[in-house]
Amino acid sequence: MNWTSFFMMRNEILLLALILIMLVLEISSKPEQKKGLINIALALFFAHTLIGFFPNQVGELFGGSFRTNGLIDFFKNVLNVGVLIILFQSVDWLKEKTLAYNKVAEFFVLLFSSLLGMYFMISSGDFLIFYIGLELSTLPLVALVAYNSHNHKATEASIKLILSAALASGITLFGISMLYATGGSIFFDALASNLQNSPLAILGLIFFISGVGFKISLAPFHFWTADVYEGAPISITSYLSVVSKGAAIFILMIILFTILPVLSESWKIVAYVLALTTMFTGNLFALRQQNMKRFLAYSSIAQAGFMMLGIINTEALGVSTIVYFVLIYVFSNLGAFGVVQAISLQTGKENMDDYTGLYRTNPKLALVFLLALFSLAGIPPVAGFFGKFFLYTAAASKGYYLLVFLAVVNVTIALYYYLLPVRMMFLRKSDEAIPYFKSKPFMRIGLIITVAGIFVLGLYSPLYDYIVALSQNIF
Amino acid sequence: MDFSYTIYILIIPIFTFLFLGFFYNKIKPIVSGWIGVAALSVVAILSYYTAIQYFLHVPKVDGAFTTFYGFKYNWMNFTETLRIDMGVMIDPISVMMLVVVSTISLMVHIYSRGYMKGDRGYTRFFAFLSLFTFSMMGLVVATNLFQIYIFWELVGLSSFLLIGFYYEKPSAVAAAKKAFIVTRFADLGFLIGILLMGYYGGSYDFMTLNDINGVAISNWASHSFMGLSVITWALILMFMGGAGKSAMFPLHIWLPDAMEGPTPVSALIHAATMVVAGVYLVARMFPMFHFVENGYALHVVAWVGAISTLIAAIIALTQYDIKRVLAFSTMSQIGYMMLALGVSGYYEHEGVGYMASMWHLFTHAMFKALLFLAAGSVIHSVHSNFMQDMGGLHKYMKITSITFLIAALSISGFPFTAGFFSKDEILLAAFKHNKPIYFITLFVAGLTAFYMFRLYFSIFWGKKTEYEHTPHESPWSMTLPMLFLAFMSIASGYLPMTEWLTPDRVGFHGHVNWGMASIAVAVGLIGIIIAYVFYKKPTNYPERISKAFGRLYQWTFRKFYMDELYLFITKKIIFKRIAAPFAWFDRNVVDGTMNLIGNSTVRGSKLIKGLQSGKIQDYALAFVGGVFVLVLIVLYIW
Repeated sequence: MNWTSFFMMRNEILLLALILIMLVLEISSKPEQKKGLINIALALFFAHTLIGFFPNQVGELFGGSFRTNGLIDFFKNVLNVGVLIILFQSVDWLKEKTLAYNKVAEFFVLLFSSLLGMYFMISSGDFLIFYIGLELSTLPLVALVAYNSHNHKATEASIKLILSAALASGITLFGISMLYATGGSIFFDALASNLQNSPLAILGLIFFISGVGFKISLAPFHFWTADVYEGAPISITSYLSVVSKGAAIFILMIILFTILPVLSESWKIVAYVLALTTMFTGNLFALRQQNMKRFLAYSSIAQAGFMMLGIINTEALGVSTIVYFVLIYVFSNLGAFGVVQAISLQTGKENMDDYTGLYRTNPKLALVFLLALFSLAGIPPVAGFFGKFFLYTAAASKGYYLLVFLAVVNVTIALYYYLLPVRMMFLRKSDEAIPYFKSKPFMRIGLIITVAGIFVLGLYSPLYDYIVALSQNIF
Repeated sequence: MDFSYTIYILIIPIFTFLFLGFFYNKIKPIVSGWIGVAALSVVAILSYYTAIQYFLHVPKVDGAFTTFYGFKYNWMNFTETLRIDMGVMIDPISVMMLVVVSTISLMVHIYSRGYMKGDRGYTRFFAFLSLFTFSMMGLVVATNLFQIYIFWELVGLSSFLLIGFYYEKPSAVAAAKKAFIVTRFADLGFLIGILLMGYYGGSYDFMTLNDINGVAISNWASHSFMGLSVITWALILMFMGGAGKSAMFPLHIWLPDAMEGPTPVSALIHAATMVVAGVYLVARMFPMFHFVENGYALHVVAWVGAISTLIAAIIALTQYDIKRVLAFSTMSQIGYMMLALGVSGYYEHEGVGYMASMWHLFTHAMFKALLFLAAGSVIHSVHSNFMQDMGGLHKYMKITSITFLIAALSISGFPFTAGFFSKDEILLAAFKHNKPIYFITLFVAGLTAFYMFRLYFSIFWGKKTEYEHTPHESPWSMTLPMLFLAFMSIASGYLPMTEWLTPDRVGFHGHVNWGMASIAVAVGLIGIIIAYVFYKKPTNYPERISKAFGRLYQWTFRKFYMDELYLFITKKIIFKRIAAPFAWFDRNVVDGTMNLIGNSTVRGSKLIKGLQSGKIQDYALAFVGGVFVLVLIVLYIW
């Protein structure tokens, strides 16, 4: 093996270096210098994200345990961009809070470790690396959710997360061992060729999907979502709802499509059922939420249900539609969370009623929020519409008309609650409206990126063509 | 012929919207009004120029009008055969619609400068008007189903904003929501129709789909579902979307409530432009509607139109709110257009129904917008929507009264007004192809004349009402558009539409069929005379009639209890039986345990214990239960 082939792990190595740098800086800096660490971390991660866009080698390492290809590389960039936006949006919050808690580098070290776990998870070539990546991506998050350890809600959320995650891990492992029992290997390539369609394999499959479904918040594995989203700091909530969810759906899709196609008759049924339960649960619960974080939590559950429509397709079309949908979802959801973050940071308010009359006092924020919500709701011509539309076509092309119909019904329900905040902001006025404030520069950059993303993705079609081309290569 | 400048018809309004929207608290209201009017004037001039070029100067090919693309951008190649474009399509009906939309929009802009004067949301109003105009123009010039759907939704969105403009009024907000949700429900059908069409018709492009020798039309029989061709299903579903936007029975319930919006909005959206989008959609897809499965879907269109026109006309007889009368009248007239399309053929004279529908769309836009603007002028001056509060206004408001009379004559089909010509063609088409529909149409013509003149006489004549403030004529900014539209309400009947707007685009020489016309005129006159006897002077005939009809009158007055039926389904069944239990679960189980845990965390030492006895177990139970249910489903049930 040539040493240059380690460049395949460029993303992982760089991020690991970043983590180490942060640790060293944390130890070596004086208390009054610690604020500067935030800027350093942001700058370094920005550079890391940029480097990610340079072309990279593809192939396998360590006897096939680690592998990468164009689509995986692309998806790592998507995750990077998501984390970068989150960092932009949280800089001001960090500057305000971290010093008080005297925990600066911890935030970055934990966040980057979790991201590193996701890299390994989506690049995994066997179930061992997959599982290590899965755990590495979850455990730092438990600490991050309780970042504000003086807050009761945060600690409660963190305990709920770790207990649920432990259960999910156990079930995932159980599923993996059953797959191993029938396929005789934990290597993906070997499994793909050895696995037979047997009841034990199907059982393993279902346990596996359920365990990963925990991370994607598929109903009924979603119960932790709302509590944790509400208790965690908003930056971590955005991370959980966008980056973590995106990575999990991606690897689930890759494993199902490329390693377990022999069981596709079974997992199509599972995806069908989970798509329905998840969409309906997310939407019906979202209807009545007052807390914005809880509201966005349930809405993100419903979005996850939509992604299952692409899983049902089982072909390259499914892959490209899911990746495209996740990409749009990253920008739309982060746009919404960014506005919630900005307002929460300025006023401490997180309830929908507090948004009454926002358009009169803070028109720009209100417009960003409107755009993000419309994209989530899938109203044309915003990008979200195309994401949903392609998912419909992906499912419809396999003849799942009933499912598509129910999905469209769900979009209609969803529209109702996505319009609630819009109505509050634009069509009502209030004497207690949040007064005008100027967002901080970094926050503004973060929001501008999301708005640009929502527009560009909707209007610039070569990007979709590029994803389609990448998706065709993975089979 | 180069039509590339037509892209500015879209660019100017969206730019105006962005400009007014971004700087809305920095511009003086008076300036924003002028900006809106100026921008729309340019759009109108461009539209007229396009129409003149297209109809008069472009040479025909094989005697037929051809299609031009002013602009076409390949947005996405979805699969090998399906591609999605964004563009500007120039053909007879889109050019006709450009003229309609820009004319009415311009008139409404000018009118609103007077009507909305002093309103706090003045600039916002003009911004929304521009957004609406942009969306409607985009819908009209769409080159494919996908583009029309995008603009279709944008139109719905901007009309939501405009109906809910008076957001202080709860009824306005409720109406905006109702309109949005009902039309959105209908759009669900539209979207599924588009998906089906993409797969079974093989294209989204109008030219490809509607090519009468093309794959989509000739292969309609290749797939069937429940006894009908899938293509027919797709067309019916798409028509469902159209019926929602055009307020066809039974999806019409949003239209009367939408009258809560400012009156100029009603004139623009609910009289002339958005509500005819459904008609336009059917006309756009007409070759498919006509040729696929021998026009099965077209029969549906015809009968939905006929039923809607009848029901709406009957309800309009009993309403007291003048805007609601006009709303039902709109629904009735759109029903006319639909049924005319429904009974139309394709070649030469056979296409008279299609032509009549488009012509009526044109003339109706003029006189119905005028009726709304005149009604707005009356409301502006009397500060009430109800005809009981009006009467004898003729002597105070001469211009409004006379223009209203012209529009009323036109909608009643009085000879030599525009409505006379277009309605005559509709009756002719119905008579040739479908006798039952013909008689419905004729009967509705009489009803229309009656309720319009009931309105006219009770507002401008009838009893002398004492007014708190003496009513006065509206300012010039309001009367000028009314005068122009009054002119159009007559003049648009003399345009050679028979040569311009036929389905095969060849055109024919139309002439008034006097036999047909005299029957219709007689029926209309009877309606007018009855209204005259009842309402010109205060009499007690109306009360006696309504007493004599008793329950029937009550039914009609309550709009056949359609709203109550919808309310029953949504409130009693959906909210009570489905959403409420979920809400209860969320409030009591999720929030309840949340509080429980919250309290125990406060007690600190019992944190862990509180969590363990909390719902984490429930979560785990649900998790594991979910796994087992999935196993059961996959292994045993499926």
